[in-house]
Amino acid sequence: MSALEFKGNLLTLMVLHLFESDTEIIAEQLAEKISKAPSFFQHAPIVIDLQAVRKNKLDLAEIVSLLRTYGLIPVAVRGGSPLQDEIAFNLNLGRLADVKKPPQKNLLEPKKSAKAPISPTTKIITKPVRSGQQVAALNGDLIVLSGVSQGAEILASRHIHIYGPLRGRALAGINGDNEARIFCQDLKAELLSIAGHYKVNEDIPADLMDQQVQIYLDEESLTIQSLLG
Amino acid sequence: MAKIIVVTSGKGGVGKTTTSAAFATGLALRGYQTVVIDFDVGLRNLDLVMGCERRVVYDFVNVINGEGSLNQALIKDRRVENLYVLPASQTRDKDALTLKGVARVLEALKKRFEYIVCDSPAGIEHGAIMAMYFADEALVVTNPEVSSVRDSDRIIGMLASKTRRAVQNMPPIKEYLLLTRYIDKRVDRGDMLSSKDVGEILAIPMLGIIPESPTVLQASNAGIPITLDNNSEAGVAYLEVVARFLGEEPPKRPKKSIFKWFSSTKN
Repeated sequence: MSALEFKGNLLTLMVLHLFESDTEIIAEQLAEKISKAPSFFQHAPIVIDLQAVRKNKLDLAEIVSLLRTYGLIPVAVRGGSPLQDEIAFNLNLGRLADVKKPPQKNLLEPKKSAKAPISPTTKIITKPVRSGQQVAALNGDLIVLSGVSQGAEILASRHIHIYGPLRGRALAGINGDNEARIFCQDLKAELLSIAGHYKVNEDIPADLMDQQVQIYLDEESLTIQSLLG
Repeated sequence: MAKIIVVTSGKGGVGKTTTSAAFATGLALRGYQTVVIDFDVGLRNLDLVMGCERRVVYDFVNVINGEGSLNQALIKDRRVENLYVLPASQTRDKDALTLKGVARVLEALKKRFEYIVCDSPAGIEHGAIMAMYFADEALVVTNPEVSSVRDSDRIIGMLASKTRRAVQNMPPIKEYLLLTRYIDKRVDRGDMLSSKDVGEILAIPMLGIIPESPTVLQASNAGIPITLDNNSEAGVAYLEVVARFLGEEPPKRPKKSIFKWFSSTKN
């Protein structure tokens, strides 16, 4: 059995982009940024991006020691000139491959965050949902193994399953998902809604009350169907 | 180890103060060092029901503010050994109760008493939260009618989220349901929710059912906790609640027998 193993791994690392080479200006702005969330930067490994200042004269040793005094741990540089790489090497820093695109000039401007596809998660509730409580599964299904009381509200971006009596309000597909459904063992709901199409208690046919039902959208119309028939 | 029990309901007029007085008296009758605290600052009633209203000098808020000592504020019951009352202030409002102050008073009481019964004000605001915050167990007093049941449901949700045990991730408060002002005949007629219905909706263990009884009002007005009235059906029911709370299964009353049930439906 081997004592060790090397493995490639994709990690998220914080990158410090330098746009100025004046150590004083850097020191000043760094202090200001770090004072906003000092604990966030504690012991954080950091990569220094030199792309924008590769042609400038830069006191890298000073910047590295500055970062260390704030508790950051510089681990590598990237995008620097051969000379800057040499200095970094002498400071025990690694060198990462250059990025193709030059970084945006101003990091303060809010970046348009690319919509990362979030994998849906199911929320499971085992205790009764009481009057006045609200339980929401904003990113997937909601399963309630107990009852939902009058005056309680449960919401999900996808389906809702309720295994106890549903006496409160249930809203599925709250982000407009027309395919979302509600499954319930004992229908006594105050309100049912799928993707904004709703029915209040009064509109629920009497013969479907207290029944096992599913609720879905049929051509934009909220349909309640017995699960027994 | 002292236990803090909150008597709460959300809705007003369901019998919290009657229950607090009867329950605390019941515990003291069983030999436990018991104190009952009125958290209804500004609308104090417990002193009346306990019959000690003419002996109030210092109150709960005085103790919190350091204007009087706990010993000065505690009123010893003249009928039952081991029973004390800590009255509320009538001239202040609920904001006089601070979390720190309440914690300090309860800590001091814990050294001296085995059971600390907190009579909560109605509502779900500051006063009610102060009363429930440090509780280990809760008696949720509910009447067999829909609005009371819904309010109790709301309170049970708050017991599980707004209290010290919830905030500090400790084992949750033990909740018990206490159904009061129950009238068998009206349940049979369908005017009132049955104990089964209420139990199903609230889904917490039932500690007992207290029948509606004219003796309760008489005892309140006379300042006698109903558990001291041996002839009251409600008093007997409260003693059974105390027994069940202490982990005993009281004997089934003959009243519950099927014969009696038949004869009562005939009337």
